Amino acid sequence: MNGNAWEAIWAGRELLWNGLLATLALSAVTIITSTVVGFLVGFARYSRIPVLDVVLRVYLELFRGTPLLIQLMFVYFGAAYLRLDWVSVFIASAIAITLYQGAYISEVFRAGFASVPPGQREAARTLGLSRFHTNKDVVFPQTTLVVLPPLFGQYLTLIKNTVLASVIGFSDIVRQGQAIIERGANSFVVYLVIAALFFAFNYPLSLLAGALERRIIRKRGVVA
Amino acid sequence: MIVQVTDVRKRFGDNEVLKGVSVEVEKGEVIAVIGASGSGKSTLLRTINGLETIDSGQIVVNGVPVHDPKSAHLVHQHVGMVFQQFNLFPHLTALENATLALRKVKKLSKADATERAMSALTSVGLAEKAGSYPQQLSGGQQQRVAIARALALQPQVMLFDEATSALDPELVGEVTKVMRELAAAGMTMLVVTHEMGFARETADRVLFFDGGVIGEQGSAEQVFTSPSNPRLQQFLRRVLEH
Repeated sequence: MNGNAWEAIWAGRELLWNGLLATLALSAVTIITSTVVGFLVGFARYSRIPVLDVVLRVYLELFRGTPLLIQLMFVYFGAAYLRLDWVSVFIASAIAITLYQGAYISEVFRAGFASVPPGQREAARTLGLSRFHTNKDVVFPQTTLVVLPPLFGQYLTLIKNTVLASVIGFSDIVRQGQAIIERGANSFVVYLVIAALFFAFNYPLSLLAGALERRIIRKRGVVA
Repeated sequence: MIVQVTDVRKRFGDNEVLKGVSVEVEKGEVIAVIGASGSGKSTLLRTINGLETIDSGQIVVNGVPVHDPKSAHLVHQHVGMVFQQFNLFPHLTALENATLALRKVKKLSKADATERAMSALTSVGLAEKAGSYPQQLSGGQQQRVAIARALALQPQVMLFDEATSALDPELVGEVTKVMRELAAAGMTMLVVTHEMGFARETADRVLFFDGGVIGEQGSAEQVFTSPSNPRLQQFLRRVLEH
């Protein structure tokens, strides 16, 4: 590999840095929004609210059954068609990723809520706890061990999925990398750097999930 | 009279589990409810604190109609329940299990709730386990914490739904001991049980459930030594053989 390939990357370091920040911003925002959406949808489905349940089922199947790439285009070009000028590439990407990943995350939460034995709700009821306190103080805290591992798995997937936003023109790290390649940088090296950066963020996240899980287990003395 | 059950009927699908059951419980009375599985005894208990709806009849506890939507939520202030599977909250310590409702329902201060919960834990002999999580306790200890959790709310009536059935045989004694002490202290108790020894020694009255009706009732002495219902005679023969 000649020195020029590295020089071209070094020369484009500012582009890569900006791309990295954009990727991190989109990831951070959508981790929060998709968790909120996933929690609410998962809880609504767990509560089996009659009509809403059907609506949410449709949402779930549609967004899990179609590619994220297509959803990104639908949101972005749909917004343009409707002349919603405030929908920037970032906002369109955030909306599509939130809805897509939120659908998956809702299943994680629903499974978590469903894993709490019915006897727990009954015990809470016989103690006179309101529905609110039953959920907040009895059901939700018990889901953490069930929810944490798959939830963090979804976060890793989400972070990797943000690269698709480059297709509708979001200047993430992949798009900036492509710009550097066009200026003469070695494509193999650029993609290697990008892959290394993703790994550098995802691996610690994965370690964090494991650490949180072990902490809860240790605290409750669970023999798992 | 503290509990009045009048002609209660309850069906699950095609299966009528309670076929017109009437029971009156006086304050301080200890009633043992015996009978085969599926005879309706657990269902009766669950209707008394509103965990199950009823199809007809009426249940009044301490003046509160349990199945009247307007007053249903009040019943939990009067009735404590202990389950076969303990149903302790696994993410909370023994103390936190007992303070949760005091804090969130009775709105007591942390200090007051802790004081009441500790005195309940003391009464079941587990004050030193206050900081332990359920998984760190034996089955018998867990069930005693569950009893303390119910007692902390100072109920007028305690319901025990096969409270010792999930326990290893050597752990049954510590739980029945707590129940005996409770009975001796004047607590009104309805106890669904397979522990005939407990029923015989502790209960003021024994109800024999048979196919959704009360097949026979009377003092423990009467029910165990001179049962008149042939189905009860058969049931006792089968149970006491083991």
